Amino acid sequence: MFACIFIPDFSAQALIRFEPELRARPVAVLTGRPPLEKVVALNERARQKGVEAGTTKSQLEAWENLVLRARSEPQETSAHAALLDCAQSFSPEVEDTSPGTVLLNLAGLEPLLGSLPKIACDLAQRVSEMGLEANFAVAANPDAALLAARGFSGVTLIPEGREAERLGDLPVDVLLESFFSDAEEAVRWVETFDRWGIRKLRALAVLPEVPVSERLGQHGISLQKLARGAVSRNLRVLEPQLIFAESVELEYPIVLLEPLAFLLNRMLEQVCGRLRQRALAVQELHLNLELATTQPQDYPSFTRTFASTLTRTFTRTLRLPTPMLDAKVFLKLLQLDLQAHPPGAPIVKIHLSADPARPRALQSGLFQPVFPEPEKLELTLARIAGIVGEGRVGSVELLDTHREGAFTVRRLAPVEPAPAAPAPVKPKVKQQGNRKEDMSMSENGSAYRVDETVEENAKENAQEKMSAVIALRLFRPPLGASVTLREAKPVRMRCLEREDIAGEIVWTAGPWRSSGDWSEQEGWSREEWDIAIPAETGLVLYRLVQDKLTGNWFVEGTYD
Amino acid sequence: MSASPVFLSAAVGRPFIFSSPSSPRAIAEKTANRTAKILAQVGAMPKLGAVVPASRLEVRLAPEMVSSGIPQLDSLTGGLARGCLTEICGTASSGRTSVLLFALARATERGEVCALVDASDAFDPASAAAAGMAMSRLLWVRCGEKHPSRKPPSASWKNRRGNPPCQRWESQLGQMLKVTDLLLQSNGFGMIALDLGDIPVESARRIPLASWFRFRRAVEHTPTALLVLEQQPIAGSCSSMLVKVSSVSPQLSGNRPAHSNPPHSELLDQFEITAELLRSRLERKLERKPVQSTASFKSRAPWAG
Repeated sequence: MFACIFIPDFSAQALIRFEPELRARPVAVLTGRPPLEKVVALNERARQKGVEAGTTKSQLEAWENLVLRARSEPQETSAHAALLDCAQSFSPEVEDTSPGTVLLNLAGLEPLLGSLPKIACDLAQRVSEMGLEANFAVAANPDAALLAARGFSGVTLIPEGREAERLGDLPVDVLLESFFSDAEEAVRWVETFDRWGIRKLRALAVLPEVPVSERLGQHGISLQKLARGAVSRNLRVLEPQLIFAESVELEYPIVLLEPLAFLLNRMLEQVCGRLRQRALAVQELHLNLELATTQPQDYPSFTRTFASTLTRTFTRTLRLPTPMLDAKVFLKLLQLDLQAHPPGAPIVKIHLSADPARPRALQSGLFQPVFPEPEKLELTLARIAGIVGEGRVGSVELLDTHREGAFTVRRLAPVEPAPAAPAPVKPKVKQQGNRKEDMSMSENGSAYRVDETVEENAKENAQEKMSAVIALRLFRPPLGASVTLREAKPVRMRCLEREDIAGEIVWTAGPWRSSGDWSEQEGWSREEWDIAIPAETGLVLYRLVQDKLTGNWFVEGTYD
Repeated sequence: MSASPVFLSAAVGRPFIFSSPSSPRAIAEKTANRTAKILAQVGAMPKLGAVVPASRLEVRLAPEMVSSGIPQLDSLTGGLARGCLTEICGTASSGRTSVLLFALARATERGEVCALVDASDAFDPASAAAAGMAMSRLLWVRCGEKHPSRKPPSASWKNRRGNPPCQRWESQLGQMLKVTDLLLQSNGFGMIALDLGDIPVESARRIPLASWFRFRRAVEHTPTALLVLEQQPIAGSCSSMLVKVSSVSPQLSGNRPAHSNPPHSELLDQFEITAELLRSRLERKLERKPVQSTASFKSRAPWAG
């Protein structure tokens, strides 16, 4: 058995899907160059008011409260992609028949998804959740299902062998519209049938084959077989493509973030809904905004056609540490990102795409340490970055270099420990420079060389592990200093920027020389001294550094 | 003589409808006596003798304590309390940063995600690594300029001189308060440390007390230990524990007089740090003042071997 999903007035439905508030109002979709725009699609309410396809824009002024919208191909593409996603979540064999029309092979799905009526109802509900109103038909062959979906509204089930009987009530127009891609040719055939008095498929089906062949040729035979529901063919199966994207072309450019957030929310909900159907999550979000390079107030008659000629693209990418699927979180992250990086020009088109990934699957244990939720953490980090600036929040990674204080700040992406994971391994401790290490090796003083037994070593190591390590508090940037030397040794120091850091140096250790990157332009060479200066609260230990390339002295930090 | 009915109650001079045994006062007295008897019986029962009335129950549960990583400090304070605000105060070179980094390092080793809100951007990653910090689990928030200039130190300090210091600290403190609010709301952090060690006392005291109350309320009933590093106590009664850290003279290697030997033979080996428990709300009420209010421990240099 085959099922067909058909969206009547697809152009209008694609627009209404993005603007659900239009569902209760008459909507007409126009296309063509101004001022020769004509109606190409309209919803049921507009049809009830007497609006017809092909009506010109000037004629539409007779109707009040009629919503006019320009046809949007990106939104139609998004709606069709969503429809395909929905169909592929039911059946692996899906045919992309035409925009707004999808065929599914339901063979073998009954044991999995229930009876055919139930499958049809589930399909209808899923499509309705996407914001589309569709017709559904289930029949023994694809073309019968297609004709039934085009001709009958709602859900139609045609039992096997009764295709001709059920399809006989349909007008010939339905068959010709689906058979001929050229509208003019379809109209010519309609006129021919009309002259013969054939207005229903039943009349066409009962005609003798030979005269039909003699008068209408092979097309006539094909049409008659279709009218009888007797054509059987295989589906042109669509290769599933994991592209989750939504696009919107705007009637008027957006300047403020709030209306943009409103649109982004709808797009995100659609993308998340499609991903949820496939049990996938988002790993990366790409937001492409087409910006108008000219201010709209400069051009009162600012139209989309005009805007498309003067646009530039603004791209933002949101990389998530773990796959997530929460439209609200994504919206907030995008808002924060756009606040930090405003587009700088009116937006005329929005394209949002998501890179799918398998969702995070981890069962928490009762005795695991507390761990922030990835969604919440990501939002918090984005908010903090908005306060302190980008690059000033994250986890630190020390660089593999001898240069003092070389590190980089990366995005915090802690890995949640597995329930039965072994104790975390202590990371390799980076030595603070090589000066003390070198000294302990070069100095031949035996005070540093102590013979100990293995047990004593272990005991000491354990004790060492449980004792604090002297920390350095850095001044960023280092404070410039004026230093008095005696016998090449600093004896007095005065900080140029802070008056409280000054005085006689009562204890000195150093110098510890280091240099590097000679081959680079940013070569460095420095001498470090550890000094103690008496203060009101006692001795304060500083790290004093002389840049050997410039000869300047700096106070780099305090030992604390 | 007209005949009128004479009721017994009127004849005996008592109220008409209430007899003496059924008067309200009598009923109340009787009920009270009965209740007292029952209570006396309940109290006399051996199993129920220790029952504490609900009004006297201690509602607040003792907070969970986590190790600071320093046994001497743990024995003094009982550890660092989750869901509470702990202040660590001390002057420059007192060893306060060593204590803070070591506590953070132990927390990250336990697998917890920690945050360090660095108000003065003084954090040294190399020191943290030497303390054994699992860097991937530490969130470092650097308060300060939003878009720092990438100028060489020699030029940047000249720029810095032009800014009034109070204004600079104000903006950084403002950032610190906002960031702390966000971190506390996000939950899931094992330890959040606010480093106000380089903020002048006058500036730090300008933080409204309402902020500390808010932090205390936010951290309550969460598994987060909130630490504040500062020069002098600023959180007032909002902190559950106040530890003052001071250092005895630093132990320097080499015993010879400083001027008679080459300076490179000298080496800063370790600090002798003294921690004093100034205030704790976590002590049990029945206990008197603890016998020992100070603890001493050593902080070794990373290169000390």
